[in-house]
Amino acid sequence: MADAAIQIENLTKDYPFGFLHLKTKRSLEGLTMQVEDGEVFGFLGPNGAGKSTTIKLLVGLTFPTAGNARILGKPISDISMHQDIGYLPEQPYFYDYLTAAELLDYFARIHNLRGVERRERVDRMLKKVGLETARKIQLRKYSKGMLQRVGLAQAILHDPRVVILDEPMSGLDPLGRREVRDIILELKREGRTVLFSTHILSDAEMLCDRVGVIAGGKLRGVGAPDEIVGIQAHGMEILFELLGVAASTPRSAALLGTAMKTGNRYRMHVEESELYATLDQLRETGARILSVTQMKASLEEFFMGLISADRAQANAVDVSGK
Amino acid sequence: MKARNFGPILLCCLLVPGFAGVWKLQERIDVQLDGLHREADELVLRSGRLLKAMSLEYAPLMADLYWTQVVQYYGDKSVRHDANFELLWPLLDVTTTLDPNLVVAYRFGSMFLSEGPPAGAGRPDLAIQLIQRGIRENPDYWRLYEDLGFIYYFELHDYAKAAAAFLEGSKNPQAMPWMKVLAAKVSEQGDNTETSVFLWNEIYSSTTDPQMKENAAIHLQLLKSDTDCKQLDDLSSEYEKRTSKRPTSLRDLVTAGLLKGMPMDPAGYAYVFDNDGKAQLNPESPLAKKKRFYQKTLSNLANR
Amino acid sequence: MKRVGVVALNTFREAVRDRVLYNLVFFALLLMAAAVVVGQVSIGIEQIVIVNLGLSAISMIGLLMAVFIGVGLVSKEMDKRTLYALLAKPVRRWEFLLGKFGGLLLTLAINTAAMSAGLYAALFYVKHSLERADGLALVAIYFILLKLALVVALALLFSCYTTPLLAILFTAGLYVAGLFVKEMRGVHGDKMAPALQTFLRWLSYLLPNFENFDVMASAAHGRHIPAALILQNTVYAVLYGAIVLVAAVTIFSRRDLK
Repeated sequence: MADAAIQIENLTKDYPFGFLHLKTKRSLEGLTMQVEDGEVFGFLGPNGAGKSTTIKLLVGLTFPTAGNARILGKPISDISMHQDIGYLPEQPYFYDYLTAAELLDYFARIHNLRGVERRERVDRMLKKVGLETARKIQLRKYSKGMLQRVGLAQAILHDPRVVILDEPMSGLDPLGRREVRDIILELKREGRTVLFSTHILSDAEMLCDRVGVIAGGKLRGVGAPDEIVGIQAHGMEILFELLGVAASTPRSAALLGTAMKTGNRYRMHVEESELYATLDQLRETGARILSVTQMKASLEEFFMGLISADRAQANAVDVSGK
Repeated sequence: MKARNFGPILLCCLLVPGFAGVWKLQERIDVQLDGLHREADELVLRSGRLLKAMSLEYAPLMADLYWTQVVQYYGDKSVRHDANFELLWPLLDVTTTLDPNLVVAYRFGSMFLSEGPPAGAGRPDLAIQLIQRGIRENPDYWRLYEDLGFIYYFELHDYAKAAAAFLEGSKNPQAMPWMKVLAAKVSEQGDNTETSVFLWNEIYSSTTDPQMKENAAIHLQLLKSDTDCKQLDDLSSEYEKRTSKRPTSLRDLVTAGLLKGMPMDPAGYAYVFDNDGKAQLNPESPLAKKKRFYQKTLSNLANR
Repeated sequence: MKRVGVVALNTFREAVRDRVLYNLVFFALLLMAAAVVVGQVSIGIEQIVIVNLGLSAISMIGLLMAVFIGVGLVSKEMDKRTLYALLAKPVRRWEFLLGKFGGLLLTLAINTAAMSAGLYAALFYVKHSLERADGLALVAIYFILLKLALVVALALLFSCYTTPLLAILFTAGLYVAGLFVKEMRGVHGDKMAPALQTFLRWLSYLLPNFENFDVMASAAHGRHIPAALILQNTVYAVLYGAIVLVAAVTIFSRRDLK
């Protein structure tokens, strides 16, 4: 318990809305979870699920309606804790009249970095995110990818132990996403704790030690990406090629009944226990085996299931409510 | 969390003593500022036409603002018994240029520009100029003719012109019938107490401006005291006939059976007799003080 | 505390880069033109006209800057989200607010100083000499700065919780109201209900009395401005400004950044 870098307990957030702010909307309810020291934690969920809300609560941009959280042992209301965390906002935008170097210098001063150390740190960060050549260009001229990199630079400028990133890959091209991924992995290698939110599942699967799934303001599950969906293998998929002549024999026809055909290529699903028998049969028909893969329920399917369940429930409420 | 709650607590603690301090401070500042402004007034932009151009379509609104300045300026001066009205004309000039139909400005101006200090600026010529502009821009407002006649009658003692003004005004179908009557009377008799009382009464009843009303009331009171004194003088002559000396106080008249009670001036002070045996206002009476002011006016005018 | 200075300097840098200070060029041109024209037109009132014009321009330009930049101090950062990264850093919300306030004030002070130099240059050009009485304009300028500080505080307060447009209306409205408090106080109505009169009287004291800072006439005519007034106005501005800033900090400290 004491080792957890981020500890969240029953965190709840209501936003007032409507005329005179009399009604409230609960955007986060009773969130309880932990991020262990040194791990990369992915915060997954559809848009509006509460990911950004949680992150903003953690970094002090909004204030909880109920519950509390601690980062590195200090409560989120303690401003000194901010010296140990780095934050990259969603779709970051910085003072466009400053250059990258000036922005980092400004933030470095806020972090109380002095003189030579400050200058060195700024240089090092710019180099790390690959913006050294653009350091004297005003931020208004930066592309989205460059702004994202500046954002990362300012987030780790002060050597924080915990780094919190809100949708760090959104809006980036594949190259940009690759760069961000690499930086996150480097942060992990440096021993930092990384919490990032995303709705791109493949990124989460690739980078995270653990993920937390949040939807409708509530936490739906926490665990390694595998654990989340259950290590349910759904059988094997065989990809093979069979030329027209061989495919038309009565024997192969029976075999191919269940397969999906695209031109000369076939895709067939079999139970794991049937795998080798089927492979033998296919070889006898003269098929050319292209690949054999294990099918797992993907995070995406899990996700979709979650969302549709939510929707069904919401609709049910609506109907009964009327 | 503590820091967040600190704010409202601090604010509450600061609010009441803070504003109390502000209030007290403001009173002191007001004293200082009064001292500063007493020395001279300032009206930076005197050109009515320029202001009108600058006001775009808001000229009438600007006129209203300037009108409130006029009222405040006059009221301020009155309260401080400051006889320097040099800004009154420029202010009125600007006001009526910005909104030529602001009739109250013309009426106010005609009274207080023509009346001598300390009640007014003592510039009947400017008053006439103002009224003539008013008549030009508002030909249907017959009361402005009344005001014009008023100036000629009271301040300039030009009865011919006064009668002409009344006559002109009487031509307006909405004018009160007495305008014509007055025209005739003035051209015949000139200065006449009855006429004066009538005119001041008209002003008093037709205006809603408090300062004009007050001024009219004072004049009416002075006229009444004049009439009273004249009557007392008549009685004194009677007394002299009977006792071959002038009365020294009202009591003498009462004992002689010529007076039933002790007549008092409109301010509530009993009349007295001066050394020549002429009835006059009690020097203690506030009316007497006002009379002294207006006396100055007459002598000033005579000297011009 | 040092962080306040960091934020302040950055705010100043923003104003400079936004080319706000180009207004000084306009001011310089205006004053030069006036000096030349007045020199031709009449003798004896050049001082009055130059001082009046100069002080009016300093006040008006300063007010425009104070209101328009002031209302954007917080709302612009919230809209553009530049604030988000900053507040996640170890800087307290009140430090941020005070820094913004200080930065704009610094900008105004430098702007005013430059304009004052221009004013005195024009005065010298017209009169060919400067006398002690001309120093009175400095007092008037100091009062203008006090006034601007109060306006910035108000603009900052409104910037914390409404849109820029509303903030401009409120700030400008308060300023105009603050010029007419004397009328409010002097209202003697026979027609007015005593309750309304009392209400107006209270209002006239609680509203910021911007009239206090207007000594243009005295400065132009070389009339002495009492030291007591200088002290009182300073305390007034500080006290009132403090109340407004504390209110702003209170509101902003509780604001959720969505």
